[in-house]
Amino acid sequence: MPGDITINICMGTGGIAAGGEAVMSAFEDALASADIAASVKKHCAAHKVGCRGFCARDVLVDVIENGGKHTYEYIKPDMVKRIVEEHLAGGQPVQEWLVKEDYHTFHGKQVRAVLADCGEMDPEDIEAYAGRGGYEAALKSLTSLAPTDIIEELKRSGLRGRGGAGFPTGLKWEMARNEPGDTKYIICNADEGDPGAFMDRSLVEGNPHAVIEGMLIGAYAIGAQRGYVYIRAEYPLAVQRLTIALGQARERGFLGRNIQNTGFDFDIKVKLGAGAFVCGEETALIASIEGNRGMPRAKPPFPAQKGLWGKPTVINNVETLANVPYIMRKGSGWFAGFGTEKSKGTKVFALTGKIRNSGLIEVPFGISLREIIFDIGGGIEGDRKLKAVQTGGPSGGCIPASLMETSVDYESLASAGSIVGSGGMVVLDETDCMVNVAKYFLEFTKSESCGKCIPCRVGTMRLLEILTRITSGKGRPGDVELLQELSEDIKMTSLCGLGQTAPNPVLSTIRYFKDEYDAHIIERRCPAGVCKSFIAFTVLEEFCKGCMACVRVCPSGAIVGEKKKPHRIVQDVCIKCGACFATCKFQAVRKRAVYGEIHTR
Amino acid sequence: MTNSLAEIENNDVLFVIGSNTKESHPIIALRMIKAKRKGAKIIVADPRRVPMVRFADIWIQHRPGTDVALLNGMMHVILKEGLFKKDFIESMTEGFDEEFRKNLEEYTPENAAKITGAPKEKIIEAARLYAGSDRAGIYYTMGITQHAHGTENVFSIANLALLTGNLGKEAAGVNPLRGQNNVQGSTDMGCIPNMYPGYQRVAIAAIREKFEALWKVKLSEKEGMTATEMIPAAEKGSLKALYIMGENPVVSDPDCTHTIKALKKLELLVVQDIFMTETAELAHVVLPGSSFAEKVGTFTNSERRVQRVRRAVNSPGIAMKDSLIIIELSKRMGYEMNYPHTVEIFREIGQVWPALAGMSYARLDDGGLQWPCPTPDHPGTQYLFKGGFPRGKGRFTTVMFKPSAEQPDQEYPFILTTGRQLFQYHTGSMTRRVKPIDAISPEAYVEIHPEDAGALAIEGGSRVKVSSRRGSITVKAVVTKRPAKGMVFIPFHFKEAAANVLTSSTTLDPIAKIPSFKVSAVRLEKA
Amino acid sequence: MVRFTLDDQEIVVPEGITVLEAARRSGIFIPTLCDDSRLEPFGGCRLCVVQVQGIPRLVTACTTPVAEGMRVQSTNEEIERRRRTIVELILSDHPNDCMVCEKAGDCNLQELAYFYDLRTNRFYGQRSQRLVKDQNPFIERDMEKCILCGKCVRACYDIQGVGAIDFTSRGFTAKIAPPFEKDLDCEFCGQCVSVCPTGALMSKQSLGKGRQKDVQEVDTICPYCGCGCNLTLHVSRNEVVRVTSRPDTINEGWLCVKGRFGYSFINSPDRLKTPLIKKDGKFAEATWEETFDYVATRLGAIKSKHGPDAIGGLSSARCSNEENYLFQKFMRAAIGTNNVDHCARL
Repeated sequence: MPGDITINICMGTGGIAAGGEAVMSAFEDALASADIAASVKKHCAAHKVGCRGFCARDVLVDVIENGGKHTYEYIKPDMVKRIVEEHLAGGQPVQEWLVKEDYHTFHGKQVRAVLADCGEMDPEDIEAYAGRGGYEAALKSLTSLAPTDIIEELKRSGLRGRGGAGFPTGLKWEMARNEPGDTKYIICNADEGDPGAFMDRSLVEGNPHAVIEGMLIGAYAIGAQRGYVYIRAEYPLAVQRLTIALGQARERGFLGRNIQNTGFDFDIKVKLGAGAFVCGEETALIASIEGNRGMPRAKPPFPAQKGLWGKPTVINNVETLANVPYIMRKGSGWFAGFGTEKSKGTKVFALTGKIRNSGLIEVPFGISLREIIFDIGGGIEGDRKLKAVQTGGPSGGCIPASLMETSVDYESLASAGSIVGSGGMVVLDETDCMVNVAKYFLEFTKSESCGKCIPCRVGTMRLLEILTRITSGKGRPGDVELLQELSEDIKMTSLCGLGQTAPNPVLSTIRYFKDEYDAHIIERRCPAGVCKSFIAFTVLEEFCKGCMACVRVCPSGAIVGEKKKPHRIVQDVCIKCGACFATCKFQAVRKRAVYGEIHTR
Repeated sequence: MTNSLAEIENNDVLFVIGSNTKESHPIIALRMIKAKRKGAKIIVADPRRVPMVRFADIWIQHRPGTDVALLNGMMHVILKEGLFKKDFIESMTEGFDEEFRKNLEEYTPENAAKITGAPKEKIIEAARLYAGSDRAGIYYTMGITQHAHGTENVFSIANLALLTGNLGKEAAGVNPLRGQNNVQGSTDMGCIPNMYPGYQRVAIAAIREKFEALWKVKLSEKEGMTATEMIPAAEKGSLKALYIMGENPVVSDPDCTHTIKALKKLELLVVQDIFMTETAELAHVVLPGSSFAEKVGTFTNSERRVQRVRRAVNSPGIAMKDSLIIIELSKRMGYEMNYPHTVEIFREIGQVWPALAGMSYARLDDGGLQWPCPTPDHPGTQYLFKGGFPRGKGRFTTVMFKPSAEQPDQEYPFILTTGRQLFQYHTGSMTRRVKPIDAISPEAYVEIHPEDAGALAIEGGSRVKVSSRRGSITVKAVVTKRPAKGMVFIPFHFKEAAANVLTSSTTLDPIAKIPSFKVSAVRLEKA
Repeated sequence: MVRFTLDDQEIVVPEGITVLEAARRSGIFIPTLCDDSRLEPFGGCRLCVVQVQGIPRLVTACTTPVAEGMRVQSTNEEIERRRRTIVELILSDHPNDCMVCEKAGDCNLQELAYFYDLRTNRFYGQRSQRLVKDQNPFIERDMEKCILCGKCVRACYDIQGVGAIDFTSRGFTAKIAPPFEKDLDCEFCGQCVSVCPTGALMSKQSLGKGRQKDVQEVDTICPYCGCGCNLTLHVSRNEVVRVTSRPDTINEGWLCVKGRFGYSFINSPDRLKTPLIKKDGKFAEATWEETFDYVATRLGAIKSKHGPDAIGGLSSARCSNEENYLFQKFMRAAIGTNNVDHCARL
């Protein structure tokens, strides 16, 4: 007699993109089909679960029976039948599709604290959350704790804002609590906007109830009657799951009037953002909720004093709020057990870039960059050399390979010239040009500046123009110094965090990779072979087989030649996209610096 | 105004009735908006959705001419709910008697709603809001006064303010907003048939003797005619000559056809103006005067503030200062006026009227002064009736609602209200000569409610013939929800389609002799 | 009251006022392009940055309220260097056609460029492409000269209650525009023109009629409604070419469309220039002597034949107190009747 079998299918955005829904329905079909013994069917349930983290291996499928868990990777719908037949019915896992050793090393150094339930349960089912201890913390807080007890507990835990600035959460709540007034608000900032970041998105998609519970506890602690989740409209799945979860929470009496008969009223509204990066800045976010253009204003007064509609308002990021129920349930001691002296707990990072195991990871503060990149991340793709890690998104900086022992915590990353930020972590290797990386981020901040203040609006444009001039071979001696001067002026005089941090990618790349800037300006050379003005593609006749593969992929028709005869690239027409370079099987297409040096693929 | 413009922003409640403030007094409206931004509540009572409604917390859309019913209805609520200021009424007023209270009894919110067409809830709400505030100001203009019962409307407003003690203190009061830059001054200066300068009655012998001594001449004992009486007198032939300085009654007075007919009968019409107005066309003699930019003197605004006017340019041709023209004419009429400089005139005003005695051009240089300002060290008076009323006590007047003289009927089914719009000014003799203004506001129009327009198959932008018992004009239709159903609005600035062809010169208020521009019965037809 | 230190000088000011306001009251100059004491602080131009002891970053004086014991430095080498960069950045995105600009001589930006001696600019590059033409009859919108100080937006919404314009687009392409970037369609009060620190918003009627250094300013009162707004007439060659208003008056410097733009009737060719006497149904020009004699003779004849009450006089609410006084005195003393009135009822 087989025991209960649970099948968890990753249906985060990554899982869905890899075909999670098709896999899910394949399981449902297979379980419904007549071929399966009724006894198996009865005890099997397929669940969609939130992000598992290891997005590179999607679709990931867990089969859990008698407490034992087998995880399959790269699952496609046509593989489902065999799993059902051999594993579920036959009791024999399909060995060749199970995750390999590196899946376990990926998880080895991670600590899943805030992500504990993410990927382990159906995010659209409040019972699943409740079954894992969900809403216990809220119930306990509302019935047996004074608001000040909660604030004290949070202060003891050492939780700091996960949105970037790292302000102590307990202190923020205390400030709002101590403001006079009957009307207060709590806002969840889910306007995650850093390029390549998906921490908050995955959390809302994988465990929306933890965010709601965190807001409920926060509302009780500060005395708010209404909450808002400000979330990007570009996150439809997160919005959908959040909306479902809010409905369920209302039905179960965790939102609305007289919550759990405690006499406490609180409800949450979802506000969709239109994808403006600056709306992650709290005063701009408030303006946006109020129906105005999302433009920051000067602080003070801080939102905790005068926020939404002029009332005391606490704004916390998704991850901060999702941590709250776990802290309240497991205790501040448990949370403070992770991390360093000043940075307690864990942090979720979106690990991307030139890394083998990209995905969503959660690590205790204090772990080194090296451990993240090489142990969890599995090192660099294609065994190339690590050059740097960019953390903190457009507000952050690049930390060079030589500093990989740096501890990941607020203070250490800051002294290395970067920030923890909201948790973006982009790994760069030797094929990345650092001037180009700086340019990439400036392109972003220049476009996302709200335009209100001059240093940010015009200054970032001028920074970008100087960087563009350098990467296109028109850099001039003195440009690096000009970049530094302008960067400092922008940092010191900009109105909000966007402008104040926008020059960081420039300053940190100059700090660690000034040689690359000099190479561009003085030697007219891009060491990484990225900047198009410094490279040319040519065909080496003796290697070319005349297969026409490059001709077919060339988007600009720059390659001429007949079949079985060597081809030639017309330099005036070539747009240097590198498609031929990537396509040629015979290494006949060569990328060469305008001044001499030849790169092979 | 009993109170001052700067105080508006400190009101808790503003009750704006019969005033299209945002268009007719744009800068006063800015103070109201400022009050709103500071947290004040605004009640607007107007038959039209005037722009001020955008800023209103309560908008009462009552039928034209039913202000008394509305105000009495509000007072009924205030009385019934005990929201009146007992102490103030006892110490500062008289006439709060049985008759007054009894009269209000029949104006229950239900009855007031029936007469005004406004929902009773809004009348109750407005009454509570107004009476519940210690800093509540009433602001009104011609929407209150230009009725056959305009004086009674004003009494009603005074009653409301007295009932709630909103007089004689800061950021409150009864505040008529004056429509013309120096209409306050013209009245102050005695350009009214029954008063000498400073509201000193012609009929009182002692006063007359004072002026006779000052002006060294024998003065008439008989009170004169108002403007609205002079025109019929001209038609009748009892008035033979008329000297008009800077007025254009052909366009501004009710029933143009009648006005023209009357003026043509005059033996002598002398018009002193800066343009060849429609009235000047009829004159026997035209005297070229000066514009505001060409002269020295003072204007007095709505808040009784006397301010300096300074010369910026020279008059064209041989046009003369208006004061010089009068002086020259007077000399030839055998009465010498000797004023070497305008300042001498101002000094004389101070001698005849104590309220201005403390003012001098030098003192006025820095922002002007508000009368009364009796002595050279007096700072001027920010608001009136502080600590009491000049007549002793504020008087309640029993006012009953009377329907307007001209009611819509089958032949003339619409109520016409005339008034101003933002861009043009009065008869247009100045603004219509300003190119960009005429570009943005080139022609007359009639505002019609979409349902009425639909019933008559009138499309926006088409020509409409509007007729009354006096005559008809053809104007462009503007189909809009600004007026209520059954009501139309025409601005009176456009001589080509003069709204005053339609208005009546016979339905005057019996006391103030003001025409009832806000209610005429008209008919609409496609033209 | 709050006591604080500004440039080593101890100052006592009322609570709640900003550092910028406190500096103004103490006669200390702090540059700004986006502040106007009549508008809500904006903090956009960043020129008023100052150093406050204990705060690592520079803060804007316009948004920072004075606090007890605060120590503020309004100027030093670093502050001025950063302010200079800001002006330099603005000029790098500005037409810099001061030679032909209507606003030259009255332009805050031009003044700052002079003050910081910006003969050369370290920055150059793309310039904002913004709408230049707008067909409305009143306001010339040369938006390439706009520095996005937002004063017009605040005046339009906060003060005028209209909201005809707002910020739109992001980043370097941000601009101020009416909805959907159509032509301006509003009350045309011109508050926006009056607060614009550069030549981005100008009165169309005034273009080419004389820059500020060439005009003479005369303070007077508006000839239209009864608000009594203070006007400053800008006069050039015996012509009123522009109207502004001072902020320290009862109307706080705000005007309506008529007050600000309705002045050109003064110079209208239609103005009456000589006395006219109608002969045979037609007006003929006359001298003042003839005219006065004619009028006096006719009035005298009517008076002696029909009595003074057969004569009436209508005075004007557009005329001054002095003129009105003389008019009624003329009617009462020279003619001998109380038949004098004016248009108060109309």
